[in-house]
Amino acid sequence: MGAAFLSPEQATYWFIPGWWLFLAIHVLGLTCFGYIVTKRLVPLVQGAPDFRFDRPWLRLQKVLQFWLGQWKHPRYKFAGILHILIFAGFIVLAIRAFAVLLLGAQQNFLSQSPPGMIGHWYEIVTEYAATVVFLCMVVAIGRRVFFKPARYAVPAKYGKGHDADAVFLLALIALLMIADSLYQASRTASLVQQGQIVELPAMLSLPWFIRNVLSVTPFSTLWNLYRGAYIVHQLTFYFLLCYRPFGIQFHVETSLFNIFFAKLDRGTVKPVKWDVSDEQSDQLKSLGVKRFEDFTWKHMLDFYSCADCGRCSDNCPANAVGRPLSPRFLTIKARDYSFEHYRVFGGSDGDQPLVGNIYSQDEIWSCTTCGACEEECPLLVEYIDKIVDLRRGLIDDGNVPQTLQRPLKALESRGNPYGKLEKKRAEWVKAAEFRHQCDVKILDESEAAETLFFVDSITSYDDRMQSIGRATAKILNRAGVDFGILGTKEKDSGHEVRRFGEEMLFRALRDDNVQAIRGSGVQRIVTADPHAFNSLKHDYKNLPPVEHISQLIARHLKSGQLHLKPVEDQSKVYAYHDPCYLGRHNHIYDDPRYVLDAIPGLRRVEMKRSRDRSFCCGGGGLMLFYEPKEEQRMGVVRVKMAAEAGANVIVTACPCCMANIEDAIKVAGLEGKMIATDLAELVEKQMTDNGPQIKPQLVQKQNELATVAHSS
Amino acid sequence: MEILVCIKRVPDTSENEIELNSNGNDIERDDLVYSVNEADNYAVEEALQIVAREGGNVTVVTVGSDEDDESLRREMAMGANRGVLISDEAFSSSDGKGIATILKAYVQQEHYDLILTGVQAEDSAAQIGGMLAAMLDYPFAALVNSIQVMDARKLKITREIEGGSKEVNEIELPCVLSIQTGINEPRYVGMKGIRQVASLNIPTLGLSELRVDASAVGEFAARVKREDYFVPAMGEGAEILQGSREVIIEKLIELMRAKGALK
Repeated sequence: MGAAFLSPEQATYWFIPGWWLFLAIHVLGLTCFGYIVTKRLVPLVQGAPDFRFDRPWLRLQKVLQFWLGQWKHPRYKFAGILHILIFAGFIVLAIRAFAVLLLGAQQNFLSQSPPGMIGHWYEIVTEYAATVVFLCMVVAIGRRVFFKPARYAVPAKYGKGHDADAVFLLALIALLMIADSLYQASRTASLVQQGQIVELPAMLSLPWFIRNVLSVTPFSTLWNLYRGAYIVHQLTFYFLLCYRPFGIQFHVETSLFNIFFAKLDRGTVKPVKWDVSDEQSDQLKSLGVKRFEDFTWKHMLDFYSCADCGRCSDNCPANAVGRPLSPRFLTIKARDYSFEHYRVFGGSDGDQPLVGNIYSQDEIWSCTTCGACEEECPLLVEYIDKIVDLRRGLIDDGNVPQTLQRPLKALESRGNPYGKLEKKRAEWVKAAEFRHQCDVKILDESEAAETLFFVDSITSYDDRMQSIGRATAKILNRAGVDFGILGTKEKDSGHEVRRFGEEMLFRALRDDNVQAIRGSGVQRIVTADPHAFNSLKHDYKNLPPVEHISQLIARHLKSGQLHLKPVEDQSKVYAYHDPCYLGRHNHIYDDPRYVLDAIPGLRRVEMKRSRDRSFCCGGGGLMLFYEPKEEQRMGVVRVKMAAEAGANVIVTACPCCMANIEDAIKVAGLEGKMIATDLAELVEKQMTDNGPQIKPQLVQKQNELATVAHSS
Repeated sequence: MEILVCIKRVPDTSENEIELNSNGNDIERDDLVYSVNEADNYAVEEALQIVAREGGNVTVVTVGSDEDDESLRREMAMGANRGVLISDEAFSSSDGKGIATILKAYVQQEHYDLILTGVQAEDSAAQIGGMLAAMLDYPFAALVNSIQVMDARKLKITREIEGGSKEVNEIELPCVLSIQTGINEPRYVGMKGIRQVASLNIPTLGLSELRVDASAVGEFAARVKREDYFVPAMGEGAEILQGSREVIIEKLIELMRAKGALK
């Protein structure tokens, strides 16, 4: 009859006492890890400042939702659930790992379980956790090797594939689970063989299987397996700990911090430098990100935290149409740069320009800032701020594509990208028929109103989009809203100007607009342009509340002030396209749909990619002038999605979307089979005469005219 | 290498609607947006690129009035080291020869290895470069779309000819070149750049500083006078090629070849 197993610390490994060996492994492992992490922090310390310590409770909520709650993961169901299981298993097992670290390699510690009921349930939970993690590893490896999901693929220009490294790490984690389970199972098997009463491993768990396999293994073999499993476990554990900071697995450690420090203020763009005020930034020698060290520490942390899952690029419209941009590789290339130039072993050398080196100019200009990448990322990695910072650097050096130089200059001299005369900005209100149907106030010294209708450049100047302006005005009229426009005092909102990196020009436009808006004394702002909406709401400060026309219409429908008549053509099937800056950036998905559904008899279908998965039309503002290198247009991809969903009418609530989609219908060869309409245009057409028809003022004018006519 | 670029502030043809004024003798100038002549931007960019490679300085000069200060500053924001404004009552309403006379007087006070002008001002006749070269007795080449510095005294220059072919010439310094658009991609001038040059000093040179003979410049010395502005009568429309399909195709190919669209 053999004696009970000693604990590994009490055993001897090739003449070395166990406790000494394991203490050495702990110390070495932790020291190495500490050293590696310290070296990884070096570039962050040199990076630009980023104020991310405010609103800690809000940040904690995000940690609970996105880190602990793994909120974004189920967006890719299979991989998401797989990861949630792995994550849960890791958390459970990590508790034990931490306990080991904190209490050190005490003699006899590992052979002791926590006392009583807690210990009993903890044992069961950890056994199942190890089993689940092991099974997930097997499935994950299988996915990598056999199914090869498309988003993991590495195009040739980005280097060799990442699969080998991924499988290596997955296999090591599986090994860890096996070692852990073998350690337990061999000990239990030895006790069972001796006829001792002992707690068996949880049914169908990994240790349970192994124990069954080992049930007739000789005692001495069990003893060797027991000691061997333990040392393999320790070595593997510490190898993984120290290896993780060299690749994408670093996200295991950094994810908690990356989510805690995530951006809270959606919709707006970071200032040029967080610790420099607007006025002071005029004096800065260099604007934007030109070298790696110009990134903020949080952006560098983003590079470390990327798990290479490819969900961002999978949803990026620029990537889908063959532009040189892939968000995933924007991050991976930067991370590889930092690994190469800020080495753990060896020194650091940095200071090389990014664009022309790891990034190309076309790559940076290709982004439409649609936000699909940020919406998808489970680690809340940020992209738009980085693209804008890189663009600021390009602008600072004068590297701007010729197609963008003209509209930028026009914005500077004329306040609109078309270069058209300022005095013609309000010409659209004077259109022949419209003039008699709807009176639009121009807010100046003699006219005031409660609400400002901010029109913005494309609706003011583009012949096609002016009809959106007129439709909106008629709706506001019918809804009884006292409104006016700024007319020639209005300048472009500057939304894209800012996102294309021309911060100073943006500020000039913004300041002029703010002055005009404040001077008009309006209490509310409404716009039909989601880009203007987003800018006024998030980029501008201290303005009256802003809303989009779809919100106003929905409100007036609910209160009964607006009525819509049934559709005439029952054969039409409508699909609503969520504009990026109304939907994804501002979460306004339901109001436009409510409006459409309020039209009796309107048949509406949803495209596969809708709401926060909406596919960008191609971009607005300055993006309408840029000529990218691409295989096809985003708009064409989008209209084909609408056709696929069975629609023959695309409804959108953005003039820039309208421009791209109407163009795309022609390019896609769907002319005659598909039409596009703006939400405001549709509502204006369907507005009925139930309810207040004409504004009170207009009635008064008519009465005055009648009086004059009578008296002459 | 010391390079001088002559620039001109012109009404921006892409940002304005050019209309005749009510008298019918000039264009309506009240609401015009002015900017630096497009070809001149290419010339300045080329000068900056040459100096980045060879070392030296770029000076921009214009003959005009106080309003032209903004144009000079814009080119300085691009990177020109120095801006000079030549302005005097006596210079106003000079014709091309008058302007060239004024510029010649300026050039002779300084030392420049290379003088560049844009190939044509959007509101003018592509004459200054040639006239200036003749007055200075410098060699002149027009429509240059590529410059290579061979050594301190020689340049290799290229111009485009019929059918898209290129002609390469050698020219000795000092010389005058008129620069064709498309020679490079002018860098963007942002608001930040413009703000940074806002307070730099731009000297103004007048009649006395340049020691120009007053009778050679100005309105009364002008030997070319503007008679009239008018909008041309509307034509019939597009040219419709006639004939059988083969004939039309032949004519079309011929036209395309002549315009340089086919090789």
